[in-house]
Parts: sequence; C-alpha cells; structure tokens
Amino acid sequence: MTNPLIISDLSFRYHAKDETTIFSGINLSLAKGEIFCLIGPNGTGKSTLIKCIAGLLTAESGSVHIDGEELKTLSPARSARIVGYVPQSHTPSFPFPVRDVVVMGRSPHLGPLSSPSDSDMMIAEESMKTVGVSHLADRPCTDISGGEYQLVLIARALTQQPRILLLDEPTSHLDLGNQMKILRTIRKLSEQGLSILMATHFPDHAFLISGQVGMMMNKGLSRTGSAESIINEGIMREAYDAEVCIMTIPGDNGRKICIPMLSAGDNQEYAHTIMN
Amino acid sequence: MIRNPVKKEFRGRRNYTLLKTGLVLFLCSTTLISLMVGRFDVPPYDVINAIFSGFIPSPDLSPTVRSVIVDVRLPRVIAVILVGAALSVAGAAFQGLFRNPLVSPDILGVSAGAGFGAALALLLTENIFITQTFAFLFGIIAVGLAYMISRVYRVSTTLTLVLAGIVVAALFQALTSLVKYVADPLNKLPAIVFWLMGSFNHISNSDLMVAGPLLLGGMFILYLVRWRINVLSMGEEDARALGVDIRQQKAIIIISATLISAAAVSICGIVGWIGLVIPHVGRILVGPDHKLLIPIAALVGATYLLIVDTVARTVTVTEIPIGIITALVGAPVFAYLLRKTQTGWK
Repeated sequence: MTNPLIISDLSFRYHAKDETTIFSGINLSLAKGEIFCLIGPNGTGKSTLIKCIAGLLTAESGSVHIDGEELKTLSPARSARIVGYVPQSHTPSFPFPVRDVVVMGRSPHLGPLSSPSDSDMMIAEESMKTVGVSHLADRPCTDISGGEYQLVLIARALTQQPRILLLDEPTSHLDLGNQMKILRTIRKLSEQGLSILMATHFPDHAFLISGQVGMMMNKGLSRTGSAESIINEGIMREAYDAEVCIMTIPGDNGRKICIPMLSAGDNQEYAHTIMN
Repeated sequence: MIRNPVKKEFRGRRNYTLLKTGLVLFLCSTTLISLMVGRFDVPPYDVINAIFSGFIPSPDLSPTVRSVIVDVRLPRVIAVILVGAALSVAGAAFQGLFRNPLVSPDILGVSAGAGFGAALALLLTENIFITQTFAFLFGIIAVGLAYMISRVYRVSTTLTLVLAGIVVAALFQALTSLVKYVADPLNKLPAIVFWLMGSFNHISNSDLMVAGPLLLGGMFILYLVRWRINVLSMGEEDARALGVDIRQQKAIIIISATLISAAAVSICGIVGWIGLVIPHVGRILVGPDHKLLIPIAALVGATYLLIVDTVARTVTVTEIPIGIITALVGAPVFAYLLRKTQTGWK
C-alpha cells in the first residue's frame, strides 16, 4: 500500500519572476497513522509547505501525491476529502454557532447546491465529541477563547473525514493546558490512523508526541528523522542560532526535553548543576 | 448526547417557520393595501375581483377600476416586491462573500455604470426601451471592467476586486456628470436627474416581462448556493481548504448579484440603501446563517420597499422619487442598527 502522503522534489516561489525560492527539493513521505513535526526558524516556509499540500498554493515544480493521486489533477472537493487543513487561528467575521462552523467540514462531500443534512450534523457532532468541544456547540464562534476556537477548527477538519491532517502551528497563542489538550487530541487521532503533519515552534512538542521531525532551514527540509536524532545542541544552534541543552527526564520512558539557554556558558554551568 | 441538540434544532426551525409565515402574511396585507390606495381608492373586494378577472369574469366590476388595478398598480407592486427582495438578497450574498458589513450590491460599480448608460441614452434618444437596455448593459460592463482591472494585479484577492469596483464607479460617475453638463438644461437634464433618483412611476407589464425573470433567476441562484456563502464567509483560504471551488462560486455569486442590480436599475433607476440595510435587519432576526438569512432578507426587503413606494406615490400630489426616501430612512436606520448589532461583526 502506498503512503497517504508522498512529496517529491517540491519547490516553491511566490512569483515566477522572483529570484528567491522559498524552498526547493523537498522530499517527504508520511505513513498511515504517522505524525510528522515540521520545525525550523520563522520564514523558512513551514506554512508555505503546508499550504502547498493543502492545495492553497501551487508549487513551482515537483509533485504532491495524496492517497496515490497527484494533487494537481484533483478537484478542490476531491482533495479536501483526503486532506484536512487547520489554519493558524484567526478571528472569524460572522458569529456562527460552533456547530455550524464544524459542519462546514462537510462541504467537500456535498454538491454545490446542497446544504448539510441530519446525517452530516451527526458527523459534526461526532468530531466535536472527539475533540472535546461538544459543550460549545451552541456558542457563537466569536465568543469562545482562542484555544477553544483552535479545537473547533480541528473538529471542522475532522468532519471532512480526511486521511491526512495538516496543522499550521496549532499550539501558538495557547496556554499550557490547551497546548497539551491539542497534543493529546493529535496523538489520539494518529492512533485512529490519521496521518498528521504539523508545524510547530516548540521542539518539546516533537519529543512529547515522539513522531518524525523535519527541520526546515536553508530553503529546504535539511534533516528528517526521529525527534531524538534531529533535536540536538548542534542542529538547534545551526538552525536557530540559539544555545539549547537537551536532557533526559528521569522516568517517563526516557523522554528528552529541550531547554533554551541565554549563552553557551550557561549551558555548561546548567548541565553541571544538573549532574550534581 | 445527540438527542438534545437535534431537539434544539427543531425548536429553532419551528420559530423560523413561524417568523417566515408572519412575514409572508405581512407582505400579503401590505400588497393588498398598496393596491387599494392611490389617486382614487379601490375597496379590497374590487382589488381581488380585478386581479382574478382574467380567470373569473366579474360583470359588476367597472373597466376603469379593473384597468387601474391590473394595468397600472399591479405591475408596479410586483416590480417593487421583486426589486426589494432581489436587492436585499444580492446585498446579503455580497456582504457574506466580501466579509464586510458595509458592502452593498453596487460595490462593484453596477449602479454607477447603469446610471451612466441611462443618462447617455436619455441624452441621445427619448426611447424608454433604449434607456433601459443601455442602463442594463453599462451596469454589466462596469462590473466586467472592475473584474478585468482586478485581474491585472498578480494577486487577485477579493479586496483588489472591491477596490477596482470603487475605481470603476468613480469613473462612471464622472462620465455621468459630463453627460449632465452637456445635456440641455430645459428638458434633457431634468429627465436624467429624475431617472437617477429612482422611481417605479413608469413600470409597465412589458418591463416586468424582461426584468422579472432576471430578478427571479438571480434570486433563485443565490437561494440555491446560500449554504456555500456561509463557507465562503469564513475566508477564501478556509473555503478552499474545505473543498470549495472559489473562482467558480465567486463567479456565480457576482454574476447573479450583478444581473439583479442591473435589471433593477434598468427598470426603476438607482434605489440605494436597500441592499445595504436589509441584510442587517435580517441578521438581527435570524442570525448570520445565510441559509436562513437569504429568504428572510427577501421578505423583509420586499415589504420595506413596498411600504416606501406606497408612501412615495400617495403622500403628496406629485410623486417623491423613491431613492430619496430609501436614503432618508436607510441612513439613520443603518446607523442605529450598527450600534445595536455590534456583536454581529468582529
């Protein structure tokens, strides 16, 4: 069986005449139920790559295959039945009730002239339950908190019943509790067989959900591998120009954490205190 | 878990049906009253007799009364209802598509274009049919021009389209001023000025034959895509990710709304504020869901314009141009609604 998502030699630039490419030569493949975290400094094209896979932007060259089919040849509705996209949080302009927002995920399954039926409503209720926002169903989506709205958008993407879920920095602007809620939801969904690609600014989130990690820098996906092999002092210094200290937490199956340092000296000192 | 929301949904639906029935009844009674009043009053029984006189012969009905109702008042009332409903529906659809509460159906320049077309035709001929055709065609041309200008820029966002519409409207308004400037101030200029202020004064059955299907057709298409407007109102990127063919849907909505506006302007001149204000009234009544909003906007718009038109032709001896009243009423009402519905837009 082919992987749900296969990206080969993908490159992108905003305008054909521009010299600067955003990224090029991206190769990536995602198995069923796999989680892939995109990390990397600001402006390296994490969101752009995700938008290319979601079909919001058209890549300059290379190909994206979803479910064995070339993305370019699929209609918007066809691709939206395979790929669900959770955008970076933004304020909605109309105060639709949360339920109405979530059921919009049914649109790739409905003809252009039809409205959601009761069975579509049921699917939306089901996704709200999975994500844990059922209690918000009747609240206007302009009235809920940013974290709740992010969960609502995940529920909306699930209502599409996709095989691949793309999340663009789902945990930014959220407090710790909501961050963990979203990570738990993501892990649960991957266990249900969904392939998940997410961009994140937190290296620790990659450790937490122990998936594959790709580091975007130097206009490409320079390194991919397990979280443990990618997130180390050297690579983090190269990518972010920042000192970090990677440690193993006692217990918790040897999970690692990434601690930012203000300077290289701190690093040694801190490691020293921990050792003692 | 599941049963509770379904029940709530049902209760919502019943309230909605009740509201819709109430509005339909209100529109019917307004229609009857509007047919009764005028230069000479006709009792309700005769109005109904006259309407059905084509099917059921009623010998005791005087031919004058029959003619007043069937040939004069009825086409006018039908035109007012259709224009009021269609402009409100087009406004609701545009406000959703452009995600902006200040958008009216003529945001892309259709009224300015149609105004110029009519002014030009009035300058050159006295033929009403040519005037209407010119108004309709120039309305369409203006929107086409706005679309082409927006395509020049590499990023064709909704905002570029709106800006192009404003540019085109300004251009056609200047051209209209030019036509007025060269027009003969004794007979041509007043005709142009009156036409631009809007009136249902000269509606005939043949006008309805042409404009009616366009207004009904445009409304029907927008009614069919009403749920898609919800999805589009989440923003273009979200809608595309939800599998909506943005270009196609946008084209369907813009073409329908443009046909509505151009047809409306061509038979009754420029009647402003309806398409801007009525959708807000609708949102107060049923919320932002276009699935419910589009039918309600049609009913409220039709009733409102019918009341305004009836006032315009009955309160004074000479008719007041309807565009003046819709603006006089619309502007303060809009200001009040914006204050009241601050929660409606973020």
